[in-house]
Amino acid sequence: METLNSLADGFVIALTWQNLLLALLGCFLGTIMGALPGLGPSNGVAILIPLAFTLGLGATPSLILLTSVYYGAMYGGRISSILLNIPGDEPAMMTCLDGYPMAQQGRAGEALSLSGIASFVGAFIATWGLILLAPQLVKIALLFGPAEYFALFTLAFATLGGVASTNQAKTAFAAAIGIGLAMVGVDTQTGVPRFTFGEVHLYDGIDFLVAIVGLFALSEVFIFLENKHGSSDAAGKKVVIGRLMPSWAVLKQCTPTMLRTSFLGFLAGVLPGAGASLGSFISYSMEKRLVDKEGTFGKGDPRGVAAPEAGNNAAAGGALVPMLALGVPGSGTTAVLLAVLLSLNITPGPLLFSQQPDVVWGLIAALFIANFMLLALNIPMIGIFTRVLLVPPRILMPIVAMVSFVGIYGISGSSFDLQVMIAFGVAGWVLRKLDVPLVPVILGTLLGNAMENNLRRAITIDNGDWFALIDSPLSLTLWAIAITGFLLPIIIGKVFKRRMKMSRDQESSTTD
Amino acid sequence: MAFKISRAFLAAAFLGASAFTASAADYKPENPECIAPANPGGGWDFTCRQVGKSLQDLGLIDTTMQVVNLAGGGGGVAYAAVINKRNDDNDLIVAASSATATRLAQGAFPGNTMDQVRWLAAVGADYGVIAVAADSPVNTLTELLDQIKNDPTSVSVAGGSAVGGWDHLKVLIAANAYGIEDVRKVKYIAFDGGGEAVTQLLAGSVQAFTGDISEAKGFVDSGDIKVIAVLSPDRLPGEFSKFPTAKEQGVDAVGANWRGFYAPGNMSDDAYEAWVSKIGELYASDQWKETMAANGLAPLDLQGAEFQEFVSNSVAQIQSISREIGIIK
Repeated sequence: METLNSLADGFVIALTWQNLLLALLGCFLGTIMGALPGLGPSNGVAILIPLAFTLGLGATPSLILLTSVYYGAMYGGRISSILLNIPGDEPAMMTCLDGYPMAQQGRAGEALSLSGIASFVGAFIATWGLILLAPQLVKIALLFGPAEYFALFTLAFATLGGVASTNQAKTAFAAAIGIGLAMVGVDTQTGVPRFTFGEVHLYDGIDFLVAIVGLFALSEVFIFLENKHGSSDAAGKKVVIGRLMPSWAVLKQCTPTMLRTSFLGFLAGVLPGAGASLGSFISYSMEKRLVDKEGTFGKGDPRGVAAPEAGNNAAAGGALVPMLALGVPGSGTTAVLLAVLLSLNITPGPLLFSQQPDVVWGLIAALFIANFMLLALNIPMIGIFTRVLLVPPRILMPIVAMVSFVGIYGISGSSFDLQVMIAFGVAGWVLRKLDVPLVPVILGTLLGNAMENNLRRAITIDNGDWFALIDSPLSLTLWAIAITGFLLPIIIGKVFKRRMKMSRDQESSTTD
Repeated sequence: MAFKISRAFLAAAFLGASAFTASAADYKPENPECIAPANPGGGWDFTCRQVGKSLQDLGLIDTTMQVVNLAGGGGGVAYAAVINKRNDDNDLIVAASSATATRLAQGAFPGNTMDQVRWLAAVGADYGVIAVAADSPVNTLTELLDQIKNDPTSVSVAGGSAVGGWDHLKVLIAANAYGIEDVRKVKYIAFDGGGEAVTQLLAGSVQAFTGDISEAKGFVDSGDIKVIAVLSPDRLPGEFSKFPTAKEQGVDAVGANWRGFYAPGNMSDDAYEAWVSKIGELYASDQWKETMAANGLAPLDLQGAEFQEFVSNSVAQIQSISREIGIIK
């Protein structure tokens, strides 16, 4: 009950007109920043720090503003995923898989509102998790050593098969390209630059955002250029907007999915080495394994939209656990928030909850407020968002190209990144032509580095003993799940497909 | 370029002549800008934002300091960009630290040397600490180093920088000072930042942690880890005074991660002097003393020429250690 009292105190702190306005401003700006490719939550928060300082805000109001931006950007990332097939930020990548097909089937409004609701559920559950479990959850983070992290990343890659394509070999090929790209940069375990060709821009490796925007957004523009020179068939496709709200049946179908993935995403967020991208990815692939009996995932299944969105928003809440309780950022954005806390003379760490309860509980109350505000803000705006689809491609595509260039230049202010982005755009175009899925490429780039580092850390700590990898019950469990996740679809899938084929043959014979 | 410089000189001369008190501090940057050569959230970013905020609070600059994150190459991208594109910008300062000096010393900024920029001033130093988990049987630095000496494979030391980076060098400096011959045998595990390294110490994956005092502070307060040595010449002031130095345990090792700024190489002398005095004033203010205390920053009062010399000495020192341990040839 003490917790609830503290929470009530938090609401007293957070519920002032100034703070509510700040939360509203933060949510609005965050949603827009999240939706723009290139501008993700971490940049969004970083951009607004000077605003918080200039306004002379105190600790709690600053945090309210910035966390609203954080949650807002996590919401906003899905919008461009669904409407344009261009992820607004890394974790929103998985939403493309089913969101864009839904939009093409004229269910964009449904996909947007469903993902909004899923985001709400994920964030809501995660915030409760943060309140009730933060001190205990820290212990979970401490169970994960390098060996366990390596097993976790292996699990992610083992369940990759068939997520994005029907052809497993192509998925594996794409993942291998991604892991290869992750090798670029200074190797932290030896301090030696790899594949940098003396180019100082490559020392830190390839920026995921540059890769994502290049692979998804620019290649989309190239495909458009290739197919629709002039305006011959640009207007050929009839755009249907369809209903704006999902039906009860769809919502009901998605509810178990949202609950399960919120939990998974939250856990992924709590682990400092994992983060929201892994959260949304594992959510999607687990859910596909669990409920995708008819093979509709990837073709516009509403559950495929709900799963990653609930997952990544829950992970955003989960990432606040290690940040507040350990002072260890679980994601790029929490690293920025951590810096803000430090510059406000608040030292996050094991004692934060007891030493500065007003900051912690004010922040948590703000999360609740932001979450409700985002839902209220997002649902009515869906009608406006979907109008994007009515913009003819010949106008939309140049805008996409422009936003991509400005967004990427804005991150680092260097034209080198633009060149890398164009290279990725061309590569993305080629890969699309070859029907190689793009999502595993990004996942490989995103997770490959962490996976390699953890493998080498684990091995070095145990002086070259490879059994270090299966030394704890936790890593054994993770390995078991990974191996089952990898083998089961191969074995069952064949049986299943044969049966499906048989039943289909029977059906067709009866109807004939 | 030459034209621009002479124009800047003329302008400066004109300004100097027009004002009766021709003090250098009269130069006021119109659009003060601070480049943080890393993504938001790191130490450089913190340095820029905190100093920018304090300068404005103290009225030393009129407008908000614009912080630009120019990440890449461990600061190399920003270093090259300043030299190649912004070399005569009078409103620009760039955050730097021991990590910058380490990379300059090891030639990790291809084609760039420390003489290509003007070193402005330090704003404090974060002394290195070596820590173990609270339940570790090890209680002193000498016990830890003895263990490493007897069986280097038995102790994994975790730190937040890459191999050859500053966190790594600090352990090696200590090991070297203790008489461990082949310091390359010391098992160092690189993590992504000090926070992750401490977490792994708590998780029991590694036996020791090397990092900055600010990274360890929260966990010392909570009683999760114990600091067995601070790599400072004397005991630190205030609440940090309870930590023993390496020196008093007979290990003559000092490692300070200083934080400071450099400015473009062709910044006008007036602007340079103005920035030096502004940061000096900031450093002397009570507000900054509070910030330093809250973040575990120890005093390091160096400005202008003194700072330039300090950086050049530390580059030379790091060069010789790196050569000794075989990181550079």
